[in-house]
Amino acid sequence: MSEKVTENVSFLSLIRKIPFSTRAVGLFYIAVVITGVVVGWPFGMLISSSLHLFGVWAILTLANVPSIQSGTGPNFALPIGIVSGLLAMVLILAMNVMGWMFMLLSTILAIILGSIAGFFYGRLMNAVKGSEMAIAPYTGFAITAIFGLVWLTLPIDHPNMLFFLGDGLRHQIPLDYFNANFILANLLQFEIAGVTVRTGELIVVFVACALMWLFFRTKTGIAISAVGRSPMFAKAAGINVNRSRIIANMISTAVAAVGIVVYAQGFGFVQLYDFPMFFAFPAIAGILVGGASGQRARVMNVIVGAFLFQGLLALALPVFTRVLADTDVGGVVNQIRMIVQNGIILYALALMARGAKQ
Amino acid sequence: MSRTLLEFKNISKTYSGNQVLKDVSFDIREGEIHALLGENGAGKSTIMNILFGMPVIHSTGGFEGELHIDEKKVDVNSPFDAMALGIGMVHQEFMLIPGFTIAENVKLNREIEKNNIINTITSSLFGKRMKTLDRKAMNRDARKALDKLDMSIEEFTLVQGLPIGYMQFVEIAREIDKKGLKVLVLDEPTAVLTESEAEHLLSAMRNIAALGIAIVFISHRLNEITAVSDRVTILRDGEHVITKDTKDTNVLEIAEYMVGRKVSIDRTSGEGRQFDDNSDIALSVKDLYVAMPNEQVKGISFDVRKGEIFGIGGLAGQGKLGIANGLMGIYEAKGDILINGQKVALGKTRQMLGMGAAFVSEDRKGVGLLIEESIEDNIVFTAMNIHSEFLNALGLANKHTIREHARKMIKELDIRCTSEKQHTGRLSGGNQQKVCLARALTQKPSILFVSEPTRGIDIGAKKLILDLLLKLSREQGMTIIMTSSELAELCSISDRVAIVCEGEMVGILPPDASLSKFGLMMSGIKEAEGEVAS
Repeated sequence: MSEKVTENVSFLSLIRKIPFSTRAVGLFYIAVVITGVVVGWPFGMLISSSLHLFGVWAILTLANVPSIQSGTGPNFALPIGIVSGLLAMVLILAMNVMGWMFMLLSTILAIILGSIAGFFYGRLMNAVKGSEMAIAPYTGFAITAIFGLVWLTLPIDHPNMLFFLGDGLRHQIPLDYFNANFILANLLQFEIAGVTVRTGELIVVFVACALMWLFFRTKTGIAISAVGRSPMFAKAAGINVNRSRIIANMISTAVAAVGIVVYAQGFGFVQLYDFPMFFAFPAIAGILVGGASGQRARVMNVIVGAFLFQGLLALALPVFTRVLADTDVGGVVNQIRMIVQNGIILYALALMARGAKQ
Repeated sequence: MSRTLLEFKNISKTYSGNQVLKDVSFDIREGEIHALLGENGAGKSTIMNILFGMPVIHSTGGFEGELHIDEKKVDVNSPFDAMALGIGMVHQEFMLIPGFTIAENVKLNREIEKNNIINTITSSLFGKRMKTLDRKAMNRDARKALDKLDMSIEEFTLVQGLPIGYMQFVEIAREIDKKGLKVLVLDEPTAVLTESEAEHLLSAMRNIAALGIAIVFISHRLNEITAVSDRVTILRDGEHVITKDTKDTNVLEIAEYMVGRKVSIDRTSGEGRQFDDNSDIALSVKDLYVAMPNEQVKGISFDVRKGEIFGIGGLAGQGKLGIANGLMGIYEAKGDILINGQKVALGKTRQMLGMGAAFVSEDRKGVGLLIEESIEDNIVFTAMNIHSEFLNALGLANKHTIREHARKMIKELDIRCTSEKQHTGRLSGGNQQKVCLARALTQKPSILFVSEPTRGIDIGAKKLILDLLLKLSREQGMTIIMTSSELAELCSISDRVAIVCEGEMVGILPPDASLSKFGLMMSGIKEAEGEVAS
């Protein structure tokens, strides 16, 4: 609940209300944008690439809201949802469904598969209460590995999806064969002051955020939040704590599944095998940078955090390449980008762990 | 008469403005068993913490007054000081290492060592650290200590798997093995023991006292105290009531001293209403068992009539709090429950709430409130969840009706706050309790369980809450089951008061029964036995 804001609040005291981590990363973001402009990148291009990554990452970041609110903590098992979404897309593509129909059907199937997977994941989280954050990441890794085999053995014979030689699905299935690459991104896309706005993608993001916001104002949503704050309070109020946690994780996993569908169209590929492994930490860092804690997350944290964190990563590559005067010896720039990314993840997780202790 | 060993002189202690000990003075003699008695919150543990130099005393500003040992003033600033002065304490929670033998536990950190080859060579480098344990000597010492306690168990047995009673003896053995032990404090040592173990312990205590060691014995079992102690000291509300030779007093008198009465709440007319045997029974409990940690209930049965205020009293840790928690499904429970004649399954909180029961928990911050949420959200929470109230047509929380209702409740219960949006964590204890009550009342209950409704709140809020409970019962015919540690308050509004001891219901008394009767029951003595004892 927001604190009562009196009218004579000065700008400075408003700034102070923003969590320190958000301010720190925000300042860093601004510094990188300024550096980018100084070294010659057009401002519009920098903001465009920030917006691009925000658009594809926001829903994946959003997936952390229900799990954090229910007390399960950030969804370190995001790969489960991602695998569900990938499977949904692969199955729809195998039927040679194209374009908007592909988007619609794979989103629906992603929600169904994600909910089912989330149900079992939620039960697992209930069984290991108290050690969720130790178990969840490895659950994600395990699922990714298992699906590595599934991708190889699925009985699909669509020529555009298979390896050129031998059996099994490709690492990257290009969506342009199916008229589904950038399908949301290109919808109502426009350019203003050099900034490319991928309207369709952003609409989907904001609709998802609005639905999440509304959900946490329903009876069930409020009950889930109470479970996360104080399981004993919730129990005394007649709420089934385990059931609430399962519902929260079903939603979280289903949202992640939808998130990967949006992500795939935003890059134009359905990427399989190891690919889901690398999603949990950036998504979690995003929501934490946006001001969420390990116990409390709001939709606003998702929007702010995904923009700052993903925006920063989007800018790091081009800006640092220029700063180093295009002398990218041995991929130094990419190393710097990894240092920035993992440094912020480390910082955000450390802050979260400290917050949990207090 | 033996000489005075330890003296408490004018001890006062304040915890953040709350005086818990007021000018307490008494002395302990060499070789005596001195019983220290008092209700919960009387100041027993505080005075023992002072004696033992516990950090909790010194981190909260120390204490006033002086401690004298052998007629010399001493400063006990830490447990180490206390040990050096010959003060030993056996805590209620055991501090033993399960994987070590009894002897190893007894000699922990005071091991006997001997030289070996490596140590002789490296002594300049590592000093004592490389010495070998002299197990024979250690076992011998442990044997001696165990023999003093009449314990036949082998000293090389692992502590792991010992019955809980034996662990208690190992703790005591450790203390008496320490050289120069002068005072041994036993904090409720018999609480975890079976009857025969307790008897064994009492005789062991006599053996120890015969060695010239003074024993401070804290217990609420009056029969044990009269059986074993030489003198008793009684504290009440932080004040020293009396120190007496045990032979000059009796159980009844002790009970009365202990309970005392400081009635600050006027008794309004109508308490102790007699309910017709034919009137409807709102709640019937048969053979209730509740597995609430520290508040276990072991087979309790009672009936509460419609519109009655049923008080449940007893000392802390005896199980009185377990009753409401078990019935409301917070802790696992078994038994047969009828609400308005209808059978209810235990552990189904939702069903209980749906049948019109509401619960105000004794654990305000843990169970009673969402401390990071606003007053209004707290007040409507349960009603929204159980009865789907305060929702709009789309199933979303209806901010408007929530606010309206919260404002009404804030006014009715006089909740002092900046606005209905204030977080409940920032409210004072009394106002938090009012929010808890407001939430329960929002459910429009027919049966209301309130546990410790006035614990830790100021007198004004206390009066308002008790008056409110009375009014709900009188005007709306609400059935109220109130659990409280404060007997005076129970008696002031209840129609009947049940006393729980060691998980069982000792008896039910009218609120105007004599204090000694209540006192005896709180110590687990049924009326008949009490009369024999007196």
